[in-house]
Amino acid sequence: MGIIEYIQLVFSDYTLRTITLGTAILGAVTGMLGSFAVLRKQSLLGDAISHAALPGIALAFLLTGAKDSNVLLIGALISGLIGTLWIRGITRRTHLKSDTALGLILSIFFGFGILLLTYIQKLPDANQAGLDKYLFGQAATLVESDVWLMALVTGLSLVVLLLFWKEFKILLFDKDYAQTLGFNTKFIDFLITTFIVLAIVLGLQTVGVILMSAMLLAPAAAARQWTNSLGMMVFLAAIFGASAGVFGTAISATQNNLSTGPVIVLVASVFVLVSFIFSPNRGLLFKRIRLIKNRNDLELQKTLSFMYHIVEDHDDISHPHAIRILNNFRGYSRKGLRKLVDKNYVKLEGDMWRMTPKGFAVAKNLYNQNGKND
Amino acid sequence: MKGKIAVKVDDLTVAYNYKPVLWDIDLQIPEGVLMAIVGPNGAGKSTLIKAILGIIKPIAGSVSIFGKAYTSHRKHVAYVPQKGSVDWDFPTTALDVVMMGTYGSLGWIRRPSTKEKKSALEALEKVGMLSFKNRQISQLSGGQQQRIFLARALVQDASIYFMDEPFQGVDATTEVAIINILKELRKAGKTVIVVHHDLQTVPEYFDWVTFLNVKKIATGPVKEIFNDDNLTKTYGINYKVSIQK
Repeated sequence: MGIIEYIQLVFSDYTLRTITLGTAILGAVTGMLGSFAVLRKQSLLGDAISHAALPGIALAFLLTGAKDSNVLLIGALISGLIGTLWIRGITRRTHLKSDTALGLILSIFFGFGILLLTYIQKLPDANQAGLDKYLFGQAATLVESDVWLMALVTGLSLVVLLLFWKEFKILLFDKDYAQTLGFNTKFIDFLITTFIVLAIVLGLQTVGVILMSAMLLAPAAAARQWTNSLGMMVFLAAIFGASAGVFGTAISATQNNLSTGPVIVLVASVFVLVSFIFSPNRGLLFKRIRLIKNRNDLELQKTLSFMYHIVEDHDDISHPHAIRILNNFRGYSRKGLRKLVDKNYVKLEGDMWRMTPKGFAVAKNLYNQNGKND
Repeated sequence: MKGKIAVKVDDLTVAYNYKPVLWDIDLQIPEGVLMAIVGPNGAGKSTLIKAILGIIKPIAGSVSIFGKAYTSHRKHVAYVPQKGSVDWDFPTTALDVVMMGTYGSLGWIRRPSTKEKKSALEALEKVGMLSFKNRQISQLSGGQQQRIFLARALVQDASIYFMDEPFQGVDATTEVAIINILKELRKAGKTVIVVHHDLQTVPEYFDWVTFLNVKKIATGPVKEIFNDDNLTKTYGINYKVSIQK
């Protein structure tokens, strides 16, 4: 399928439109809320929650016999929340650190979930249950009501975000201080965590328990690279998440047999990669370029000031000197000398160099500046 | 002795896990003093402040601010946490951090307006950081970050200031700038309580001092109680004050 054909299909084909809308909304809400998880240094919490949701899905099926995704999602929500509470409890009551608690809960819940899934598969009429789609997600099963539910939760979290913006910000930056100002930090904390759990649970059907945390982290990590403002970060993360959803769906729809969830996650990872390398302030590439440029500038300045010390002792600043005396200076290079000539700080005549008045002025200024404390 | 008691602590005991960090502290801090809390590492200095502010829940004891429970008097109290307690790579600006000082009086949901921004800018000017208002906080030096924290507390316009090691990791210029602001606060009748490490500067900076080492060793005017005897009791070694008083 070509791109044009695909774009036509998105607008005409009901199923494709539903899936595209669903993954876009999901990407936006997880990106938005993921920013908070990343800034709270609770990146792994998302992973633990999504894995912890699995036994909830299986139990909900065993108890109700329903395949209806909303019933199963309520099961996921409950066991996700229980998992979160246990993580909190373990870190508070024992000496274990949060990474240990996260790892423990993640594997215990996930193991239990897998156990239940295999049990369900052995039940007589269970083949149709298709619960294993919650492992890796299956965007194709999204129906209109799922999208409406996602839109509802997204709208709700947007309202909560706007209302409690300053409370969220101060909790993220300085929890103790927020408490001294009279804010109930436990409540704010509960609010953020609840919405993070909600967003994760919503994504399970599409992306699956194993990859869900990437939806939470990747857009936020990418967004952080481009901005130094919290508002902009949340906004960009939502945009990145939504784009990952749209592009991921497009790629998986045009290339047969590529499952949507993993493709969305891979697209989001590409965003992260590009952001880490190419973002102007924090990106590795420009950091490296700035570093090299600063070093070269400094090297040049050192060469010039070395020459200045030689020139200084003469009445005529343009008196010629042999190039080879520059060899005494460690930082000296032919390339550096050429650059000084290009800048018209120095003139070369055979194996002699002369400082120009311009070079002398610059060097003198440089010397005074570096002599001062700044 | 000055008039009112600003902070009164009774029988305060705090423990992490099993070991007591603070044991049965009774403390009365008069209004209008500039007080240092001194003691060795692990003496519970920061914990004392945090317990007074309700950040840490004590096992026993009570705290009152101007004779009333702390929770009903929050607006009189401002806190400057240790600089290292937050992540300075957080995506925000210097002005934005200082604005947080207005959040308490705003209460839930209400957003800061031009009035709050104006007082935040004034506080930035007081600490000499106005030109850095739009600077991303990770690009500030340690001393500048400390000044931002101080400005955030100043915005609260409180009567009592608790500061956890405001001089830690700052250069001499910043230290002078900070102590001048603290002295100005005292002049304006405010009470300032500072966790402090540098014993040499205690007589110069402060007029009141509390010696702490899990238990309270002594509290009172620097002129009367800042002596070898109390220092030895607090630090456990034979400490001689080599400074003239």
